[in-house]
Amino acid sequence: MDMGSLLHQFLQQLINGISLGSIYALIALGYTMIYGILKLINFAHGDIYMLGAYFGFVATTMLGFSFVPAIIFAMVGAAIAGIIIERIAYRPMRNAPRIAILITAIGVSFLLEYGMMLIATPQPRTFPAVFAADVYHFGPLVVNSQQIVILVSAIILMAILTYIVQYTKIGKAMRAVSFDTDAARLMGINIDRVISATFALGSALAAAGGVLVGIYYNSIDPLMGMVPGIKAFVAAVLGGIGIIPGAMVGGIILGVVEAMVSGFISSTFRDAAAFGILIIILLYKPAGIFGKNVREKV
Amino acid sequence: MLKVSNLDVYYGAIHAIKDVSLEVPDGEIVTLIGSNGAGKSTTLHTISGLIKPKNGSIVFEDTDITGMAAHKIVGMGLCQVPEGRHVFANMTVMENLELGAYLRSDKAGIAEDMDKIFQKFPRLLERKTQVAGTLSGGEQQMLAMGRALMSRPRLLLLDEPSMGLAPLLVKEIFNIIKEINESGTTVLLVEQNANMALSIADKAYVLETGRIALAGTAQELASSEAVRKAYLGG
Repeated sequence: MDMGSLLHQFLQQLINGISLGSIYALIALGYTMIYGILKLINFAHGDIYMLGAYFGFVATTMLGFSFVPAIIFAMVGAAIAGIIIERIAYRPMRNAPRIAILITAIGVSFLLEYGMMLIATPQPRTFPAVFAADVYHFGPLVVNSQQIVILVSAIILMAILTYIVQYTKIGKAMRAVSFDTDAARLMGINIDRVISATFALGSALAAAGGVLVGIYYNSIDPLMGMVPGIKAFVAAVLGGIGIIPGAMVGGIILGVVEAMVSGFISSTFRDAAAFGILIIILLYKPAGIFGKNVREKV
Repeated sequence: MLKVSNLDVYYGAIHAIKDVSLEVPDGEIVTLIGSNGAGKSTTLHTISGLIKPKNGSIVFEDTDITGMAAHKIVGMGLCQVPEGRHVFANMTVMENLELGAYLRSDKAGIAEDMDKIFQKFPRLLERKTQVAGTLSGGEQQMLAMGRALMSRPRLLLLDEPSMGLAPLLVKEIFNIIKEINESGTTVLLVEQNANMALSIADKAYVLETGRIALAGTAQELASSEAVRKAYLGG
């Protein structure tokens, strides 16, 4: 390969990686927000993303919605599902040992996966093309309209999330609870309501990711959340779990690394690269890119 | 205003608070003194609803608040400044104060109260856009008190406000507590610094290994032989 085509390949994979990575980022945000508040790795989060894709599928095929109403429908549906899951599965375990809650989360994950198989059959479904798939050429680089929609949607959603967390009352309450739960309770903050809101927001973002992936790959199935769920978890750890900008950056980096490995080495090494990153991060910087060393309270 | 009767609190199998009864009359400063580990903070946490008691009752302004959720108790006008300040170190001074007013929705009143707090604590005004974690210990104590006042409490619980502060600052903080009380807020003050606490309080209780050992007016206790020996350094 000469320098020109190498550069071309690099830029092309960068484009692919950023659009894939912005979906990881959307899922990783939910992981990180829930961890920030409950110190719980919600292993059912990838399945919420799957649920969101199915809600989007129902909205576009059965209800005939166009893209924007469909993604909103999926986000609202998943937000409600997230609230219900927290209320039924996690809240009774609030004071249980951490490992018990983790196992509960794995149970919820199976329930969603196999529950969806029961309802929708294990067959993959073809996600309808909700808008024309145009292809744009920028010199030798190829960008399709789906990649643009994914990136723009992800940026808009992350901007809205940042606004909510930084400037609204519930957002400030979330940060307070995540920093010091007891002090937040002494301010009159209703912890249960903040936790519900966190699950709602995180689930809605994952659902948006699910719909965008459905549009991108045209296909959804009940187990589609497993691998992206774990990858988004890696992204959250990479950025620093519990840190919102960390999840965004971690997602994009992971997407770009995967695209580069697929483009320059082989796409069969893609998953190995993702988990290789996890191992390296855990070995050398366990707190993640944005993480600080945690000071133990005396 | 506050009446705690026959309170028993357990941490697992440990009986931390044993049959504690105390009363805080409207408008007064009542102090709860005692050595480290006597159960002072546990008593306050139980009153605030962070810990549920095994037995006993807590009545605040004729309402039984025993076992009520912490956020509801704040809504009733009872707010605590916890030991070790517990400011939200990753947020600005302004945001901390706003969180103090979390249950209120009267924007004009909140802005007015924030001005009052900046008048009371001019150093907070200078640092209002600064992240709370960068403040000194004394400033954090002021912020924690200001934050609690933002909820317009009728009863303020203060847990070790002098902890880790230089003597000059301790004096300043205690003057402010007196001011807060004079402007109409009843205070329940927990302190290891018995000297300072007794100097501003009306009534006092001495807590020893989870039990009320002595009770009386602050003057009585300050002159009591037992208290002077154990808590006032002779």
